Amino acid sequence: MLDFLARLLGRECPGSKNVAKERLRLVLVHDRADVSPQLLQLLKNDMVEVISKYIEIDEKGLDVTLERDDNQVALVANIPVKKMKRVAGNLA
Amino acid sequence: MSEVIVVTSGKGGVGKTTVTANIGCGLAMLGYKVVLIDADTGLRNLDVVLGMENRIVFDLTDVIEEKCRLRQALIKDRRIEELFLLPTAQTKDKSAVTAKDMQDVCGQLREHFDYVIIDSPAGIEQGFQSAVAGAEKAIVVTAAEVAAVRDADRVVGLLDSLAEIRDPKLIINRLRVHMVQRGDMMSLEDMHDILGLELLGVIPDDESVVVATNRGEPVVTSENSISGRAFKNIVRRMLGESVPLMNLDHREGVFNRLRKIIGLG
Repeated sequence: MLDFLARLLGRECPGSKNVAKERLRLVLVHDRADVSPQLLQLLKNDMVEVISKYIEIDEKGLDVTLERDDNQVALVANIPVKKMKRVAGNLA
Repeated sequence: MSEVIVVTSGKGGVGKTTVTANIGCGLAMLGYKVVLIDADTGLRNLDVVLGMENRIVFDLTDVIEEKCRLRQALIKDRRIEELFLLPTAQTKDKSAVTAKDMQDVCGQLREHFDYVIIDSPAGIEQGFQSAVAGAEKAIVVTAAEVAAVRDADRVVGLLDSLAEIRDPKLIINRLRVHMVQRGDMMSLEDMHDILGLELLGVIPDDESVVVATNRGEPVVTSENSISGRAFKNIVRRMLGESVPLMNLDHREGVFNRLRKIIGLG
């Protein structure tokens, strides 16, 4: 009842515009960077392949996205590490 | 000094033609010499919005094909001094007008007018590319909805790459104030956040625009409508005046008073 009253009086704004805004942000990051989800997936696969040579990673937890700042787009990768591999040649 | 401005949007149906007609009328009402070019060949509408549809003899494509001289194709408005329309053809397609043609025509018109305003077709194909070719400034019209904003953003990128127009101005059309207040429509701040363009003005969703279009008299010529006032403000901003955004908040009456009484206002 209180919720209803608050909405009636215009206090709460749980409206759909935030959904619109968030979806637009994501779409525009991709539009502007000209990067398709397919291309991002290919990049992800290659990254996994390269990184897995040296580090054991949690592929399921891997997250690669494009994020936009005011005037630049950054590729942000969140890669959970399981453990370091001992690669003899690498230490030499 | 004259200006050549293209009005564009990417998405169709957001109000390019209405905006073109109204800012053109608004500028001419203040005494500037204005010519409006309909670049939507095959789907022309600027003539109807201005109420000039029965007076077309020659059009833009006739000028390009040298069937007439440029000044013969210009239609003078009967109500407002110094307002002219250069219509386009209804029975040809967009390939009838090239980018070079538009540059030539705009180049000639700017010698005689203070403002040359081009109504671009929707889309980003050849018709759009020709429309922007002769312009040095742009107004991007959009609505506060996902598809329109996305297309506007795409057009902003193309204006830069195709016509080297780096600082287009934004007009948000058909804003539904009560939906913004309810949180169900993006606000001006939201739109600015996303598109990052300078805001030239906001036109509230207003039935007067429909009525005005029915009559072929742009709403800016009417004294009492809120959208007419919004267009007048846009025109003043185009002239360099600093005009604050109108207060579009019409929440009044019992709810608002109640909110104040119990401290929510």
